[in-house]
Parts: sequence; C-alpha cells; structure tokens
Amino acid sequence: MTTVQIIGAGIHPFGRTDSRTGRDQGVFAVRQALSDAGLEWTDIECAYGGSEGAGNADIMVNELGLTGLPFINVSNGCATGGSALASARNAVASGQCDIALAVGFDKHPRGAFNAKPGDWGLPEWYGETGMMLTTQFFAMKIQRYMQLHGISRRTLGMVAEKAFRNGTLCEHAWRRSPVDLDTILNAPMVNDPLTKYMFCSPAEGAVALIIASEKKARELGADGVTIASIAVRTRPPGSFEVFAPAISVERGGKPTELASQAAYEAAGIGPEDIDVAQLQDTESGAEIMHMAENGFCADGEQEQWLAEGRTELNGKLPVNTDGGCLACGEPIGASGLRQVYENTVQLRGRGGERQVPGNPKTAYSHVYGAPGLSAVAILER
Amino acid sequence: MSIAIPVAEGLWTDEAEPRLIGGQHRITSEIVFPMPQGDAAQHFEAVPLSRTGTLWSWTSQDFRPKSPPYAGPEAFTPFLIGYVELPGQVIVETRIEGAVLADLKLGMAMELVLIEFAPGRSTFAFRPVPS
Repeated sequence: MTTVQIIGAGIHPFGRTDSRTGRDQGVFAVRQALSDAGLEWTDIECAYGGSEGAGNADIMVNELGLTGLPFINVSNGCATGGSALASARNAVASGQCDIALAVGFDKHPRGAFNAKPGDWGLPEWYGETGMMLTTQFFAMKIQRYMQLHGISRRTLGMVAEKAFRNGTLCEHAWRRSPVDLDTILNAPMVNDPLTKYMFCSPAEGAVALIIASEKKARELGADGVTIASIAVRTRPPGSFEVFAPAISVERGGKPTELASQAAYEAAGIGPEDIDVAQLQDTESGAEIMHMAENGFCADGEQEQWLAEGRTELNGKLPVNTDGGCLACGEPIGASGLRQVYENTVQLRGRGGERQVPGNPKTAYSHVYGAPGLSAVAILER
Repeated sequence: MSIAIPVAEGLWTDEAEPRLIGGQHRITSEIVFPMPQGDAAQHFEAVPLSRTGTLWSWTSQDFRPKSPPYAGPEAFTPFLIGYVELPGQVIVETRIEGAVLADLKLGMAMELVLIEFAPGRSTFAFRPVPS
C-alpha cells in the first residue's frame, strides 16, 4: 500500500460557540486545513466526515463548493472521527485518490449525554431505573481498578490538574484556567470516586485533516506527517463496556487492547518507541486505565508515573498535551480527530508553549467510546 | 411494597424470595441478564439466578438522571448502584439498597431485594447481607 501523510490540519476551537452551528465549525476547520496544506477545495478528490448530533457532513459542499466529489457520511459514535480518518487513509493508500479529507464536528446540548435505551438495543427499564448513564460506567470501571491496583484518589485528581494546566497553553482548548488539586478533589461528586472536575463535558468543535499520498505530498512540498497505522476495533467477548446491564463472569479482552496491538503491529513499533500520546480521558480514571491498556505501563504503575510527572509535557511520555477531553470537552464526532490534530502539531514542532521538547518523532492517539470501540492511530515524522 | 408494579415483566420470579431471571444459551451455556427478547430469545432458556453474590464494583449517582428515560421521583435523592457477581452465572448491574458509600467493599456479600424506586413502581436491588 502507498505510504500516506497528513499534509493539512485545521481545527475550530472547542467549547461553546453559540454563533456557529456544528457544521459551520466543520467548514471553518476544513478551510483552515486547506490553507495549512496550501490547497483549494477543488483539489480534494474525496471526503469522509460526520457528527454524532450535528447533522450530515456532506452538506458542507453547499459552503465549500459543488465540485462533484464523493463525500461519504460517517456515523460511528465515538469512533466517527477515527473511522473517517481510517476511510480517507484507505482511499489514498489504495490508490483510489491522491488527496482526501477527513472531517468531524459536533455540537451537544449542556449536561450529561442522554441516551435512549431503544437506540442501544436495551430495555426501557434500564433507563427508567437510573442505570443508563455513561458516567456511571466510567466510575465503576475505575472504582474496581483502584481497588485491584492501588490507584489513589489523589492520582485521579493529578490527571485532571495536568489536563487543565496543559489546557492553559492550548489555543483550541475550552478550559483555559488552571484548577488546583484541592479544588478538584473537593468538588461536588458526580459518580464516586469522580468529582465534577474529573469528567469532561459534552461540547462543540470541529477538526479537519487532509490526507495525501507520499508522492503527492512531495510534489506539493508539504509539511507532512506519516500515518504509520490506524486500527479500529469493537469489543471482544467478556469485555466491560458502557451500557451493560450484565457482564460475563468469564473476563475477556478489551477493544482498546485489540486496537492498540493491531496498530503497533502494523507500524512495526512498540509502546517504548512512542514520544507523545493522546489517550481517551473521558474522565481522569480513563486516562489512568488507558495508559495500561495501550501498553505504556503495567496495571498499578500509574500511581508512580503520575507522582514522578512522567506524563507531563517534559516527562518521559507526555500524555494529552492539549489538555485532552478534560480541558477541550467532548464533541463526539470531532474528539478522536482532535487527538490526531494535536499529534500532527507536536510532530511538526508547532506546539508553541505546549511543544513537547526533543523533536518527537512518533505520536500515538487513542479514542474510546460506546458501545465498546476503540480507534488507535500512530503517526511518524 | 406488595402493591408496587414491577418496572418490567419477567425480570424476577414471583415467589416469596424472588430471584432474577437470566437467559442460559442453549449451546454455550453462557448466562446473560436480562433474558433476551425477540428473535434472540429462541437461543436462550430462562433460568432463575442466585439471590446472593459478591460486590464487583459500585458508584454513587449524585445527580438526577435526565427524564426520559429516568422515571424516579422528581425530588432527587442520590442513590448507589453497582455490579454484583452471581457466582458462576453472570455479573449484574443493580441498584444498591441498605448501605452508604463507606460500607461498600470489593467482594462483600450481597443479596437480592425488591425496592420501590418510584411511587408505585418496583425494581430489583442488592443489599449487603446482614451479618
């Protein structure tokens, strides 16, 4: 297969933008990505995009131009962005086209996501009795993990503190003020052990990435970053996922572990080779558990990693350098692409105040969502 | 309690000490909960599950879930939920009754009770086994 690069990256600031629809934020991001790549909309040969709750992506051609290009709408929950990127990459890698677009955007109402049981193949009673909230799942997953692997509440707080600190240095972040550890730990509880500062909030935002073959990138003189691998995986038997009225007593694998292993294998490198990582941090505990599920440390070692600052911007493995979901909020359709955007920024050395030192060469991103799916992308410079 | 209407039919047995009703796969013997509905049901046989188990994980629900789907009282009182492992059968998600957060420990013994989670409506819950 042809080697594929990201040659243009655009982002609409995350958070709340009352004056723009989600799709308009998507158009904003596409224009920025085109400008970054030095291209026109007419240069884009095919496009993949979507949102969870802000409408179809292909309508963007109304604003961007009726060039007749094939524009595939992607609707894949939390993996919408990752699936769009995987599709765009495959289109270029297969030789179907030389330049493709992946775009994700969203705009969610305030408050916790409100899922309808029927949409998820679940009985009404599950929602009626108050057990169908994504936040509960994350709380119960980390609760058990803390008991089994000795993770402290303080460490959960330190993850959030780092996120907000990194967010202060990031122009596309939503939360741009630091929050101190005591405030995080003593904030109102949402679902024990997670306080309100330990959860990300549904938000708005958009990301667009322009993908090209290596040959095309060279012709254009692009500042490209190579996509070494992308893997999207759904849950195996015996995993523990969002919205599960019951789980098997036979404990099995995890979608993140499957996606991670596939991505490492395809890239021909391992976790020890990664210089910077963006890991799904729906809440503080998710970042902790995902450090282990993606192979960066053993279960329980996170306590020491955080205490030693290993995931800080200047640490051994900087994690969530733009503040992650905690500081940026979570527009579902854009969130996974934000991670890849941030890795592109870091590998190009354009991170400004939040730039990871030492010219990082490899970057890892991991998105996780309901009903148990993960997407991992590894970029190389 | 006897007048409360179950939140759904077929979740638990109608007996003095009710048991949850799971579905056992006819070929693999794996047990799921609740009993599958529709076409999927043909692959499963309804089986009563253990009334007792051990606490697998837990959390508190400290804000009122949105309605719909939540059908609890408008005046919200935080509640506890968790997963209880029914040995050798299945790990079920459940409301937790008769305990405060500080009482809960991984692996503690739990037993099934029915609770009125909304006026006139009952659901299943687990509570610590009185010692």
